[in-house]
Amino acid sequence: MSDPRTAATDPPGYAPVSYLNETWGLKSWLLTLDHKRIAILYLISVSFYFALGGLMAALIRVELATPQGDLVSPDWYNRLFTMHGVMMIFFFLIPAVPGVLGNFLLPLMIGAKDVAFPKLNLLSWYLYNIGALFAFWALLHGGVDTGWTFYTPLSTAYTNTHVIAVGLGIFINGFSSILAGVNFMVTIHRMRAPGQGWFRLPLFVWGMYATSLIQVLGTPVLAITILLLAAERLFHIGVFDPAYGGDPVLFQHFFWFYSHPAVYIMILPAMGVISEIVAAFARKRIFGYKFVAFASVGIATLGFLVWAHHMFVAGISIYAGAVFSILTMFVAVPSAVKVFNWTATLYKGSVLWETPMLYALGFIGVFVIGGLTGTMLATLGLDAHIHDTYFLVAHFHYVMVGSAVMGYLGGIHFWWPKLVGRLYPAFLSKFAAIVVFIGFNVTFFPQFLLGYLGMPRRYHTYPPEFQTLNVMSSAGATILGVGYLIPMLYLLWSLKWGPKASANPWGAVGLEWETTSPPPVHNFATSPVVTTEAYDYAARAARAEVPVGG
Amino acid sequence: MAAEAPGGSPGLAHHFDSYEQQKEAATLGMWLFIVQEILFFGGLFFAYALFRWKFPVAFNHASRHLDVTLGTFNTAVLIGSSLTVALAVRSAQLAKPRRIVGYLLGTAALGLVFLGVKAYEYHHKWVEHLVPGPDFRFDGPGAENARIFFSLYFGMTGLHALHMVVGIGILLFLLRPAWQGKYTPENHNMIEGFGLYWHFVDIIWIFLFPLLYLAGRHHQL
Repeated sequence: MSDPRTAATDPPGYAPVSYLNETWGLKSWLLTLDHKRIAILYLISVSFYFALGGLMAALIRVELATPQGDLVSPDWYNRLFTMHGVMMIFFFLIPAVPGVLGNFLLPLMIGAKDVAFPKLNLLSWYLYNIGALFAFWALLHGGVDTGWTFYTPLSTAYTNTHVIAVGLGIFINGFSSILAGVNFMVTIHRMRAPGQGWFRLPLFVWGMYATSLIQVLGTPVLAITILLLAAERLFHIGVFDPAYGGDPVLFQHFFWFYSHPAVYIMILPAMGVISEIVAAFARKRIFGYKFVAFASVGIATLGFLVWAHHMFVAGISIYAGAVFSILTMFVAVPSAVKVFNWTATLYKGSVLWETPMLYALGFIGVFVIGGLTGTMLATLGLDAHIHDTYFLVAHFHYVMVGSAVMGYLGGIHFWWPKLVGRLYPAFLSKFAAIVVFIGFNVTFFPQFLLGYLGMPRRYHTYPPEFQTLNVMSSAGATILGVGYLIPMLYLLWSLKWGPKASANPWGAVGLEWETTSPPPVHNFATSPVVTTEAYDYAARAARAEVPVGG
Repeated sequence: MAAEAPGGSPGLAHHFDSYEQQKEAATLGMWLFIVQEILFFGGLFFAYALFRWKFPVAFNHASRHLDVTLGTFNTAVLIGSSLTVALAVRSAQLAKPRRIVGYLLGTAALGLVFLGVKAYEYHHKWVEHLVPGPDFRFDGPGAENARIFFSLYFGMTGLHALHMVVGIGILLFLLRPAWQGKYTPENHNMIEGFGLYWHFVDIIWIFLFPLLYLAGRHHQL
């Protein structure tokens, strides 16, 4: 680098002046149009709401350590799990990977200077925070006790908690999600570097494209559902009220039409992250690139056709149940394609056991359990037995926490050197990844057993014979909490004291590794041109340029 | 627009390589936004279809309480506004800034006429106790389910009217730059995007009008 501020000891490609510090001051951050700074803003926001949701999970696990209700009253327990769900789903899982990694990486991976609509991008962050503040306000004033699903008529006629405030928060946050989806789709369609055809895109970009598709097509249905719910609560419009001929199950149809695809909003970006990490640390092109790419779009499409599997015991017809059951099984096909292809990529690869790779391997194992138990729940007869038990709770936590959060953490660890230009301690971070994996499984595996034995979800007391497994779960939650705390500490530490990162500390392939760490404001010194496929590790090895990982 | 590229391409944001790319991005973005709008209204259209199928008598009789004359008049007004907005886009393509402003003002005027008529109709329903709420009263066949028809009527036309208010608001922001000649034949994405939005709002009404106003007219009871 010819920059005079570069010290002689800096690693190659480290940029002392970057998007992080070219301008200073609070205003330069809060009014920034730079996708990379907006990613950092999202990182701060989602971390806060993750901690808040985690705190409520901790209280739930403390309560459940004993069979009696000795920490909180039944009413407060209802509010705890409701607000835990609302915070984690709407204000952490849905915006986390797209908001942080998607914002930061999408333009870099396609060689663009920014997303297509930078102002809209900033607006998305503000809308997200305004929505979150509504939910936060409601939380401080007693929250909601309906469960994150807001089923009628409990939410419209019976509860006296802050349904409207939280609903409004989710509604506003929905706009953030929709605008982000529109923005990313246009960016991927129209901003790719010369030479970068669709099948030269990194798989993370494919994952984000599929996610955006769901955000654009699904979220507006949730928005109208919330409006109808609020109108029913305020004016008794009758649409969900049997007294006027309305139908409470219609609410469930509307709600799950969005909220089932929404679980793919949470998992697809994480799957994209895993594809990047597996290829980078197996030093191989991903096995069956096109299958993995189309599997993302396939999951997004099928995701819209399976919503009623949440309603098998809600009074839908047995024939509808059978159709939705079979359609749900189909989702296992593209999901399995991904798992097999990641595994096949590892086969005969030169696997490097770096921290992001530990998270990726953890993801694959945990996702297999989460996915297979999903097909169990999709079976009509079995579902009648395990519906609304801890089996279900364990299933979706295996996908949402085990898979989505591990994917997110893996991605943060993979791109952290690019994000801030600093490295974190290798040993400590590997240790933390293992703690997360162990803590997660100790927390949630006993819940499969509890659910199968018949412990229902959403109760704050249980029969004494369930205590051993519940104590295991609560102990695991403590380990998991420590596992999340360690990265938070050393990543903050690395900002000031971490060793400086080179442009490509992992020796990975991808446009984002070709610019400096951290990138300059306009991303690339010269606009890149793409001449090869996305994971051209063979060519890189042939050039004998592969350095040892950081 | 974000910061402009250095080197004198007025209105070209720094992260685009050409007007062409910027235009394609803006148009695709608007179309995707319209897709989500369709899904947004789609929930209400689905509810309408479901309940009309369940309660044909109630919907038939409730529908007769709407004023077809005013509805028809408003339909004509909105189709007229679609013409003026299309002419505004055409004027931008032909580099006639004064005409853009004129046609936009015409569009706003027609939009306000529509909203005025709508407000009058709402008032009338209020007087007749047909607004769902504690004062709702409906006599005649299907009385027990008529509330859902009026809920959907106010929900659908209300959201539609809200979209028109937003549209007129956006339109006002376009007037000044249009007058100053900022919208050139190469770069008038704002006008083009607004035109797409306005047409979309019109099309929603084209569906609402027969579903709500004419539902009870196709046969005698």
